[in-house]
Amino acid sequence: MENLINIFVKSIFIDNMIFAYFLGMCSYLAVSKTVKTSVGLGVAVIFVLGITVPVDYLINNYLLRKGALTWLGSEFASVDLSFLSFIMFIAVIASMVQLVEMVIEKFSPTLYASLGIFLPLIAVNCAILGGSLFMQEREYESIAEATSFGLGSGLGWFLAIVAIAAIREKIRYSNVPKPLRGLGITFIITGLMGIAFMSFMGIKL
Amino acid sequence: MSSEKTEREPMFSAKTKKLLIGPLNKDNPITVQVLGICSALAVTVKLEPAFVMAVSVMVVTAMSNLLISLLRNTIPPRIRIIVQLVVIAALVILVDQVLKAYVYDVSKQLSVFVGLIITNCIIMGRLEAFAMANKPWDSFVDGIGNGLGYGIILIIVAFFRELLGSGTIWGFHVMPKAFYDMGYVNNGMMILPPMALVVVGIIIWVQRSRNPELQEEN
Repeated sequence: MENLINIFVKSIFIDNMIFAYFLGMCSYLAVSKTVKTSVGLGVAVIFVLGITVPVDYLINNYLLRKGALTWLGSEFASVDLSFLSFIMFIAVIASMVQLVEMVIEKFSPTLYASLGIFLPLIAVNCAILGGSLFMQEREYESIAEATSFGLGSGLGWFLAIVAIAAIREKIRYSNVPKPLRGLGITFIITGLMGIAFMSFMGIKL
Repeated sequence: MSSEKTEREPMFSAKTKKLLIGPLNKDNPITVQVLGICSALAVTVKLEPAFVMAVSVMVVTAMSNLLISLLRNTIPPRIRIIVQLVVIAALVILVDQVLKAYVYDVSKQLSVFVGLIITNCIIMGRLEAFAMANKPWDSFVDGIGNGLGYGIILIIVAFFRELLGSGTIWGFHVMPKAFYDMGYVNNGMMILPPMALVVVGIIIWVQRSRNPELQEEN
């Protein structure tokens, strides 16, 4: 249990998807103009990461990894399908996003309306595929660890996009040099926030 | 299909030249179109991985633009995203295997970022915006141009980060010894990830003050 909380907190603050790895920057920059829309996208990202990382964990451990196919018989022990992981992961993500979209549309039309076009966009958000690839690279031991990593990364992304949206709403009233307005100042603020987030480095629970 | 335009264009008309040169400055994928930032920043600590990454992205963009443009009239619009993703993923797997075979240590440094070329917005963005509506040769040139535009930003950022952060260029020491004797120290901050964002911010600043038409209102 302690281990799970540790992974969760680490993936929110220390290995933050945006400030440490710059994953999902495209939608982070495009959708962070107002707090309201960024909350919607953030929630959707938490949701999809929380589902796809454990599913990809199962696929990786029971289909792709070297020796993963031993449950079929000992003659499969040397089969290594990990070169297929990109295409499998992206297929899982694309279909999961489609599935999540249909489920939300059926059971909660209000949430569906508020998420709007962001749901399909998530399929090509680097943070989602990045979550699965990091999960594969770090070799988590159980599905619970993978799930807490997925949820934690999603929450970290959510925090980052809501924070930058709030700052961008306020910065509209400041006198930023003309060529730096919009994109330029957003980059520099993100850099400064990244430096602030680095102070979490080395924290262990 | 394209009966309205039958006369052949020359291989390098003014239009294709524009497709090739445009993305280097006024139509740059990173600083103007805001595409593909995810992977651009994380690989720029050193020049070598940045260069390998730039070449890989250029190859994938050009080839996927070409393939999708060849297929554009047969892809049903409803499932086009999945078709595009499959084409891109197949190309990225090829690139990944080639990198692992020939430049293994660079491929280790790039780690997950090679895989993340799949979700690199430049590629999807160019497929949607250009290859779905244009002829194969133009799309191919557009892919090369955008790959170059992406690469040039990567290399500028990596050049400054490596020079100021480690005092080297492509692994060779270039900072004169005399500087260190006078009390110069490498700026360790440049190696940290957040500085990549600040360097790109400064590039945008310089570019937009030279091209006032790119400036935003807010």
